Amino acid sequence: MIEKVNLIKESFEKIIPTITDMKTLNDIKVEYLGKQGKVTELSKLMKDVPNEDKKEFGMLVNSVRTLVTETLDNKKEELETAMLNEKLANEKIDITLPSTNISVGAPNILEKVVEDMENLFMSMGYDVVEGPEIEEDLYNFELLNLPKGHPARDSQDTFYLEGDKILLRSHTSPVQARTMLEGKGEKPIRMVCPGKTYRRDDDDATHSHQFMQIEGLLIDENATLADLKGTFDAAAKHLFGEDCKTRFRPSYYPFTEPSVETDISCFSCKGKGCPLCKNTGWITISGAGVVNPKVLSMCGYDPKRWHGFAFGFGLERIAMLKYGINDIRTFYQTDLRQNKIFDRKEDK
Amino acid sequence: MISLNWVGDYVDIENENINELTDKITKFGVNIEKVISNNIEKLVIGHVEKVEKHPDSDHLNVCQVNLGDEVVQIVCGASNVREDLKVIVAKTGAVLPGNFEIKKSTIRGIESNGMICALFELGLEEKTEETYAKGITELPSDAQVGADPLKYLGISDTILELDVHKHHNNDCYYHIGFAYIVAAILNKKVKLPEVNIKEVNESINDHFKLDINTDKCSLYTARMVKNVKIGESPDFIKNRLVAAGMRPINNVVDISNYVMLEYGQPLHFFDKDKLGDKIVVRLAEDKEPIKTLDGKERVLSSEDIVITDGLKPVCLAGVMGGENTEVDENTKNILIESAIFDGINIRKTSSRHDLRSEASTRYGKGLNYEYTYEAINRAAYLLQEYAEGEVLKDTVVIDNVDKTPKIIEVKAKEINDILGIEISDNDMKNELERLGFVYNYDNETFNITIPPRRLDIESSANDIAEEIGCLYGYHNLVGTLPVQSQKKGEYKGNIGYRKQISKRLRALGLNEDKNYTLVPPSMASEFIYEDKKQIVLPNPMSLDKSVVRTTLIPSLLDTYEYNKKRHVKDINLYEISNTYYEDYKEETKIAVLMSGNYISNSWSNNNIKVDYYVIKGILENLLNYVGLNNRYSYERLEDNKYFHPGMSAKIFVDKEEIGVIGRVHPSISKDEIYVMEISMNKMNKQTKPLKFKEANKYPEIVKDVAFIVDKNISSEDVEKVIKKVGGRLLSDINVFDVYTGEKVKENEKQIAYSLTFTKEDRTLTEDEVMEKFNEIIKKVTETVPATLRDN
Repeated sequence: MIEKVNLIKESFEKIIPTITDMKTLNDIKVEYLGKQGKVTELSKLMKDVPNEDKKEFGMLVNSVRTLVTETLDNKKEELETAMLNEKLANEKIDITLPSTNISVGAPNILEKVVEDMENLFMSMGYDVVEGPEIEEDLYNFELLNLPKGHPARDSQDTFYLEGDKILLRSHTSPVQARTMLEGKGEKPIRMVCPGKTYRRDDDDATHSHQFMQIEGLLIDENATLADLKGTFDAAAKHLFGEDCKTRFRPSYYPFTEPSVETDISCFSCKGKGCPLCKNTGWITISGAGVVNPKVLSMCGYDPKRWHGFAFGFGLERIAMLKYGINDIRTFYQTDLRQNKIFDRKEDK
Repeated sequence: MISLNWVGDYVDIENENINELTDKITKFGVNIEKVISNNIEKLVIGHVEKVEKHPDSDHLNVCQVNLGDEVVQIVCGASNVREDLKVIVAKTGAVLPGNFEIKKSTIRGIESNGMICALFELGLEEKTEETYAKGITELPSDAQVGADPLKYLGISDTILELDVHKHHNNDCYYHIGFAYIVAAILNKKVKLPEVNIKEVNESINDHFKLDINTDKCSLYTARMVKNVKIGESPDFIKNRLVAAGMRPINNVVDISNYVMLEYGQPLHFFDKDKLGDKIVVRLAEDKEPIKTLDGKERVLSSEDIVITDGLKPVCLAGVMGGENTEVDENTKNILIESAIFDGINIRKTSSRHDLRSEASTRYGKGLNYEYTYEAINRAAYLLQEYAEGEVLKDTVVIDNVDKTPKIIEVKAKEINDILGIEISDNDMKNELERLGFVYNYDNETFNITIPPRRLDIESSANDIAEEIGCLYGYHNLVGTLPVQSQKKGEYKGNIGYRKQISKRLRALGLNEDKNYTLVPPSMASEFIYEDKKQIVLPNPMSLDKSVVRTTLIPSLLDTYEYNKKRHVKDINLYEISNTYYEDYKEETKIAVLMSGNYISNSWSNNNIKVDYYVIKGILENLLNYVGLNNRYSYERLEDNKYFHPGMSAKIFVDKEEIGVIGRVHPSISKDEIYVMEISMNKMNKQTKPLKFKEANKYPEIVKDVAFIVDKNISSEDVEKVIKKVGGRLLSDINVFDVYTGEKVKENEKQIAYSLTFTKEDRTLTEDEVMEKFNEIIKKVTETVPATLRDN
């Protein structure tokens, strides 16, 4: 009897190495552990075993059953792992092929610059406001000390829509007048106003009949030209880097007195002189000045009590300088091949 | 253009370093665009000591020239070179105009170390047959060997090209004015030019009468000069006119320009014999003709000021003279006009007739009445000196100028408060004196009298602050920051709303586009879906910028075409811009254009191609983002020739139409392009505040159902009924299949819905869900109508 058990055990051990696939494994499982399997059959022999040997025989058969079961289970896992590995090996892809295009849209370059400046000025307490692009002569000119016949009107060749009353605003300055009138001469003002403006210029690389400005106005009881200088310094450094130097040059605008033109040191040549700064070492980027007392009174602010300063940047010019763009039409002719470049963060 | 040589007549700049001076002028606030100097290095006065014929040439001479510190040999071809002549020598290394460098050379075997020059070779005289024939320039014998010949001749000059557009200060327009600027900078005094008229014993009043019939001429002065000899101007006048950018013509014409550049006062010279004995200044009659000096017939308007002889116009005042009284080579007797006309009228006249001249620009800026008087005398004096004229006694004058002096009362503290500097009363006194402003000082207050020259100065402390600031120098200004604001700034109005939408659209993969507000009529008439009139410019620059757009879609299509031409395949754009209707009402529009793939992969087929449902997805994502879930609906848009009749819709929020969405009509573009446009103002509606909501804890029961309906029935028609019957038990409804084909009739389609039922406070029973489900099926089949698909 015991010999029979040992024979079965031996035959099983011999057959193990021949198992290389699941089917063989299952067949062997049936052959040994199935209802008529060799190990199952052994249990049936129990009734013929003398009582005193029954215990020993039972233990022997059980040990064979455990051996067969465990061995087959291990073998199964081994085969499964091998199969999975083979499957994974077959699933290998070329990890260098191009990715699927997950694209987020790019901003217009001007809007990017606008937002950058808005954020700076908001951090300094300036509200961002807007005004209509179709304006009345009153706000665009009259209230800014540009009465009819004023020579400075000639340089802002304007698109009139209705007689000499309604026009496409030639600058964002009318928003200054509107903001002051809203303030009713009673409260201080800090605002910046970005927006589209229009002048009768023929479009070429440096001129555009439509362009953008960002205007700033601060009205307070003790604002000075020196405060404007400090504010401009902060803006210039924000836009063009910490080592950007600035200077004021006297200029003339009807709505400010004194008026200045504001220059930054040329970031291309660091002030040595190059084609970008026309060999001067300086680049003019905005016009500014102390709010003309006439403008203050016309807009309801008593010039004896209130002082203020105003500034205006040409946004295209800033963007052109900052990003090295040579043609102003770039901003109004979206070329997706170029715009994509601007969908990224910038380090300050 | 300002000649520093000329300015040197009125203020002493003899010993100033030109670079330092121009730097100071710039810092004072005068924008110098360009500094042009005629100085040429290595140019000296030489003495020709010996001249010998060149052995190998019949016209060349070999000269030994003493340059003071050396004697050099120069081969010279000029016929007038001779021994003992003082000449201008360009030494080796000198660079003449045209970037012509003088080098040591060998001319036909003879060494030559420099060049003996003529003025035209130095760019100081026009090169003509006449100047060429004169040969080399012969200097007087007192010329000092080794010295700078241009200084010796008094023609050494530095010309400043100013960017005058940025200047309100009239002083930049004439040399005496500029001398005042330089004098203030250098703290020196201005010396006015010489006028020494020897009047003949005859009065202009015997020959001439003046009348003014308009208030547009506040001052008119006239003098008469007899027996002038027309000829060439002296060199100094010619050189200076050239330096200031004007062409010399003859002594008489040159003198009128010279005095204008000196005093800023334009003059006009009439041929007195052609003019007759009378001048009447008046406004032109409408359509009155005049033939101007340039030979053109011009038709005048009643806004033009004219000088007449009592009958006909003889001069378009302030702009250009008439041909009928022009000074010519036979002119003997001259009437000089020095007058002030209304600047606005002159500007309008010059732009109406497209005649901008040095004179009209100056009138436009306004003139100082003092110089009107001084200039006429200066001109008479120069005609006497350089045209042999005889000046008649007396000046005919009609003067209505308001001469009340402008006085500004100001304290030093006010100046400091404006500029943010600290200057004392004494500093201020010094600076006012440098500026040449007369003042009274009493009780810490200055009463400053503004010279009539400074028409640009108005009457506020700010004007004085500007003058003081320029002298103080803005480069000395120390930047400070205004007192810190109590709060951070914020976006006002709907700017913040717009920014968030813009950001969302970019996050959804759309690229921001920016286009022109003014469009051609052809573009303005496309994609109109509203019944609103447009603004057409009355005087456009050109037709392609003549209408204010009311929709942004055509502009986006323009960008589409532009990019398509550049082989961009997937074009997804948006623009947010203001539009304006005929009543000037502003409406901010959001427009989107999509074409090609929304998500793409270049080598696999794993693409999401843009179709109606993709752009609708963008729209709904946006509407949900702004809090309008469940508040929007659609209606088919069929009657618009720019939209595909089967694939386009009107968009509604709370039953208000806010825009359109759909495919571009194939007759407009063969490409598959989808567009939408909505009004941001109409979309910006009150929404519920954002609040957390707990997810349902109780299990949900999902039931699927499919209906067969007529093709013209929309899914929304079916959904409406389902929702109505489903009530609060129905928590979600989802289309999971749409089928047309063999299994249904040709005019039918099958839509399959999956309906989710839940209740927030308990578990639903199968029975109650089945009851509701069957009710839905019944109602849909009856009312839509629809057929339930049997499984």
